[in-house]
Amino acid sequence: MTSIVVVSAGLSVPSSTRILADSLAASTQRALAALGQESEIEVIELRGLAHLITDNQLTGFPTGALADAVRRVAEADAVIAVTPVFSASYSGLFKMFFDVLEDGALEGKPVLVAATAGTARHSLVLDFAMRPLFAYLRADVVPTGVFAASSDFGSGSVGTTGSLSARIDRAAGELADQVLRRGSVLPDDPFADPTPFEDLLNGQS
Amino acid sequence: MQIGIFTVGDVTPDPTTGRTPTEHERIKATIAIARKAEEVGLDVVALGEHHNPPFIASAPTTTLAYIAAQTERVILSTATTLITTTDPVLIAENYAKLQHLSDGRVDLMMGRGNTGPVYPWFGKDIRDGIELAIENYHLLHRLWREDVVDWEGRFRTPLQGFTSTPRPLDGVPPFVWHGSIRSPEIAEQAAYYGEGFFANHIFWPASHTQRMVDLYRRRFEHYGHGTADQAIVGLGGQLFMRANSQDAVDEFRPYFDNAPVYGHGPSLEDFTRETPLTVGSPQQVIERTLGFREYVGDYQRQLFLMDHAGLPLKTVLEQLDILGEEVVPVLRREFAALKPAHVPDAPTHASLVEEARQRHLDASPAEEVSA
Repeated sequence: MTSIVVVSAGLSVPSSTRILADSLAASTQRALAALGQESEIEVIELRGLAHLITDNQLTGFPTGALADAVRRVAEADAVIAVTPVFSASYSGLFKMFFDVLEDGALEGKPVLVAATAGTARHSLVLDFAMRPLFAYLRADVVPTGVFAASSDFGSGSVGTTGSLSARIDRAAGELADQVLRRGSVLPDDPFADPTPFEDLLNGQS
Repeated sequence: MQIGIFTVGDVTPDPTTGRTPTEHERIKATIAIARKAEEVGLDVVALGEHHNPPFIASAPTTTLAYIAAQTERVILSTATTLITTTDPVLIAENYAKLQHLSDGRVDLMMGRGNTGPVYPWFGKDIRDGIELAIENYHLLHRLWREDVVDWEGRFRTPLQGFTSTPRPLDGVPPFVWHGSIRSPEIAEQAAYYGEGFFANHIFWPASHTQRMVDLYRRRFEHYGHGTADQAIVGLGGQLFMRANSQDAVDEFRPYFDNAPVYGHGPSLEDFTRETPLTVGSPQQVIERTLGFREYVGDYQRQLFLMDHAGLPLKTVLEQLDILGEEVVPVLRREFAALKPAHVPDAPTHASLVEEARQRHLDASPAEEVSA
């Protein structure tokens, strides 16, 4: 069973960020099913974790539902990360969540990036803000990112090339391919499997 | 069970009055607190080391030697000694000297330090933190055990034919604890040498401390120093007490809410639930502290942080009175009753001298006969 974790930083209810996130998740699940792979989707809504994320920034450790979310992201086979655009970038809450993940939590992990905004003039946020962030986190970001402006939700050209749903399906297909190529990789557990001291002493840590 | 206090030597404004103590007041307060710790019967006073404001914790052996001269019984320790940025040769000299001056009332806790600029100020790089801790401690360990050391490493100028003086008191180096908040490498290091492991404990949830201590115990056994439950474990703790628990909460809350490390974040109630911080009656402190052994096993040293977040000296001394009178006697009795016979106490200078004598007798039985 492949586990897909969706991180949605939308703040309003209903949220177009969440709608986009759900569409990407459903499409990824269909693409995996077509390849013979079952999957389960878990959605992490950052709004509900906002106070805990701030506390984590101040104390250095995650608690409660946030500790759970951090663990789920680390253990996921793939992540779909969706943010609204605020002041020409991902939202502060979105960034703060990725700031509190353990080092290496996304290393090599297939990630699909997506963003929503009022107008298409913000679409380069995917390439100028989100890709550098996930490159730093050493995630394996799929080539297609999905940007949805408000007008995309009413454009009506379902299935036609370049439409929102076509872009969603292309990105989801790439994510599914990448997940199958990589397989299931559990994060390292330094507590279960410590570097032997002789190696530390010889500088082979 | 050894029960004591540790301090980081922070100069923090009292949030209830806005007044910040002077460096001089804080340095003198550290001495008053240490003397009080001895007076109320605590076992250990451990001082931090920092090389930047708002701390008065530089030159720790100066302070410790001064305390040694004013006390007779309490063990002097550190929390922590910066093994990364301090020359291990100086640590070897300073603490061996302190051992002689205090007649063996010294042990140390090694730590890395997490203030980025301190590393370059001392010619080092924080990204080498683990490597520095490993290499520097290995040299320190040899300097105290080998009379003449030839040595070459990555981080320090080589030594040829070097003898660190004075030699450790009675030929027995101070016992060393390796302290860490979250690095499994340090638990591994403590296990390798068969030395103590001190889990900071106070900044992170119990589940995390449990994983760190469990790793250390497992590896202690792996390296052949005894069974996992015989490993030497120390824990930090943090408390504030008044006879009436609501009074403790009301009085401590402004200090908690503005504390440098976690202030303006989680509520006092949340932080109390997630970490070992206990604010309440002496009885609540006793129950909470006894509960620590449920997730780390029988352990040897409990240090409490008492003088932080701008608490005035008068309050800290009152807290130490309550600790010594109402809490420590019960904790000692209860911990002793729970501890199985095969679990050792924390090593002291006397116990290490005796151990060395036994080893010597075992190694050369002929000498014993002829003597």
